[in-house]
Amino acid sequence: MNTELQEIRAHMGRFPPFDKISDELLDEVAGEIEVGYFQAGSTILEQDQPIHELCYVRSGAVEVYRRTGALYDRLGEGDVFGQYGLLRNRKVRFPAKAIEDTLIYFIPEQTFTRLCETDENFADFVELGRPRLKAAIEDQRKNNDMMITRVRKLVTRPPLIVEGATTVQQAARLISEHQASTVLVVDAPGDNPRFTYTDAEGGQWQVCGIVTDSDFRARVVGEGRGPETPVTEVMSTNLIAVQSDESVHEAMLCMLRNNVHRLPVMHRRRPIGVVVLSDIIRYETNTSLFLVDNIFNQTSAEGLSALVPEVRAACVRMVRDGADSQMIGSALSTIGRSFARRLLELAEQELGPPPVPYCFMALGSMARNEQTLVSDQDNALVLSDDFDPKRHDAYFKAMARRVSDGLAACGYTYCKGKVMATNPDWRQPLAVWRRYFRSWMAEPTPQRLLHSNIFFDLDAVHGDNALVEALQDQVAQEAPKHELFLAAMARNALNRTPPLGFFRDFVMEKDGKHNNSINVKRRGTAPLADLIRVHALACGSSAQNSFRRLDDIGKTQLLGPGVADRLGYALEFLTMSRLRHQVFDIEHEQEPDNNVEPENVSSEERRNLKDAFRVLSDAQKFLAFRYPMPNRNR
Amino acid sequence: MASEERGRREASKDGWPEYFHRRAGETGTASLKAYYGAGCLDPETPMSDVPMLAMDMETTGLDETRHAIVSIGVVPFDLRRIRLGGRLYWVVKPPRPLDERSITFHHITHSDIETAPDLQAVLPILLTAMAGRIVVVHYRNIERPFLDAAVRARLGEPLLFPVIDTMALEARLHRISWRSRVRGWLGQPPVSIRLGDSRARYGLPSYTGHHALHDALATAELLQAQVNRHFSPETPLGELWT
Repeated sequence: MNTELQEIRAHMGRFPPFDKISDELLDEVAGEIEVGYFQAGSTILEQDQPIHELCYVRSGAVEVYRRTGALYDRLGEGDVFGQYGLLRNRKVRFPAKAIEDTLIYFIPEQTFTRLCETDENFADFVELGRPRLKAAIEDQRKNNDMMITRVRKLVTRPPLIVEGATTVQQAARLISEHQASTVLVVDAPGDNPRFTYTDAEGGQWQVCGIVTDSDFRARVVGEGRGPETPVTEVMSTNLIAVQSDESVHEAMLCMLRNNVHRLPVMHRRRPIGVVVLSDIIRYETNTSLFLVDNIFNQTSAEGLSALVPEVRAACVRMVRDGADSQMIGSALSTIGRSFARRLLELAEQELGPPPVPYCFMALGSMARNEQTLVSDQDNALVLSDDFDPKRHDAYFKAMARRVSDGLAACGYTYCKGKVMATNPDWRQPLAVWRRYFRSWMAEPTPQRLLHSNIFFDLDAVHGDNALVEALQDQVAQEAPKHELFLAAMARNALNRTPPLGFFRDFVMEKDGKHNNSINVKRRGTAPLADLIRVHALACGSSAQNSFRRLDDIGKTQLLGPGVADRLGYALEFLTMSRLRHQVFDIEHEQEPDNNVEPENVSSEERRNLKDAFRVLSDAQKFLAFRYPMPNRNR
Repeated sequence: MASEERGRREASKDGWPEYFHRRAGETGTASLKAYYGAGCLDPETPMSDVPMLAMDMETTGLDETRHAIVSIGVVPFDLRRIRLGGRLYWVVKPPRPLDERSITFHHITHSDIETAPDLQAVLPILLTAMAGRIVVVHYRNIERPFLDAAVRARLGEPLLFPVIDTMALEARLHRISWRSRVRGWLGQPPVSIRLGDSRARYGLPSYTGHHALHDALATAELLQAQVNRHFSPETPLGELWT
């Protein structure tokens, strides 16, 4: 180590990207820098002047401006600037001024180039290759086992396969011989190409059902069928399968969603094995899975609310284990939906069967599968068109009350805007809902736009799912046709804007003012979800989850190349930041909220947050251009 | 201190450039001839055009007749930039054995000193670095007299040169002003003009420990700040040097 320059290398070694470069390289860098002093108010870099050095703030503070003169960034100790000019045409792109007496370390171009060439992390940091946010998220994923482990890893042997004509006795023997629990039933190719495959001998087959241990108990012995019964008579034909390259986590969610304990694993259309719930449990003793099981074992609202500490513990564990925001968001949403479903089941037990079919509908973050630990309840009831308020509403009113109170007891606070099934406006038959949605899109008013923002993230939780699916289809089909509606939604999505970033222990606003903390939901994830919703509505996507919506948007020409990806990285990062700080609150025995205090944010996280805010800010600027107000006089 | 002080008065009587010119002709030592031959800047030169060399030393004590140099650090710079790439740093072995084993130096061990070269071995490189540059120190009564005494002891002739003393500049600003006199009357302690305290007044970071190279860098940064705040790039060199 170069003790001569200890002072300099020690300082640089504390700040990214220098904190990750090797000691030898850091010594070299320290030995090649030049130092310059700038009095408060003096210019460091002038627009368009040639630039051949990267600038590092050793002490003091620097402001960087856009071409227009608007504040772009405020930098303090350990921050770097000048890389954009250096990487593009070696001309200063963003002029910089010292706003305090400032000492700058200049890193010569050759050193900068060598750093970019030899250190991947450094290149990422200055965004030479991957954008910084993308790099941060990819690295986060690299560390996550559950995310990268494919479900095929859990497949230890090929599936047992029998033809449809096989008797239940033969099938039972086969299962016993192989100490298995499941057999797949195949037949000649028929109506389902998704499950049609060619075997090693060239035979064409279609998987048409699955028979498990419990079927022998319930459907053969229990229902008095003889040993000669063909398996096709007792198999379940509702085939739910996973692809072999899906993650273990995805397989787990699939089981939870569909309430099944065995999943055929397919390689394209060919079955390659069966995973059983216990395989996954053995692989990953994930509490969210036990938790959901536990939710369905509760017999009262009190029992359910007693599980709240476990929900928090599960979330803390997932964040610590390095799960990403989609895993955590869907796990927490699955837990939330399970609470609601169990409360509905309990309500049906007490109130008797529903007089007409209904579907309990989740709205907002639960519908998007993006819940965090801080969530209020947004829900509604879609009733069959046979609904007669005089005869039936008392039942659904009581049901809604029970579910809403139960959810509140489980930590899902009442919706301040009264978007709950307890509100008679939001407890209506399908036809009324269709009318609502049509009028919101055809004639948007401020109040209706507010509703659209909440109700156009919608998903079925329990009951007759088709009722809610009909509404999802309606929105996806009609929204793209309503120019005025899209333009109004776009304007509405600009109401909440991100801050510029951080400066020392403050949140920096665009006008240069400081705040002590930032609500990452209000200033980050919520406006981002709003923005994604507008594009999703415009392209007729019926997806609810923001990432799935971005997938759909990415297939269109709505956004420039790569923009959908960038929005995804920004959402991922902002959500994780929000979750990490909720976990931080729990670990410090505080009630979790959506606020982030800069003093609890590492310098790396600050940079990534700043980048994410910038992505959001740029996307908001584009939104208003993309959906102009149509001329109403035309 | 006496001989250096006398020589310096003598040299500055007819002006530094003339002194350098005369010494270049007189000296028989090649390295000194080259140093003086590079000349001395005219006192009218604006500071923006002055190449400088920040210098700091660690010594075994404060009296150049009894104590010796242990380490030397220099960094070339001008008003715009301090070039760490041009830095030089040596530990040198004092001719007198270190009788006080208790003397401790930051970053330097006694075994470093045992194996270090004599100053004479590094002198030509040091003189090359100094050639054409104005030396900048914080407290001129160490570097200049110690270097002069060491050269006299080895080459039998003096080494005299002008310096800019950042401490003297601070003293001028804080000790000789009417404000400092008011402080005196009010019984307040005088403003500290030590390197670290002086730097703090310009918002310069505090460096820990004492290392000749760090202190040379710290001195260079301080001079940049002083000229920035109290003088200007057009200020003539002659106003700052002594």
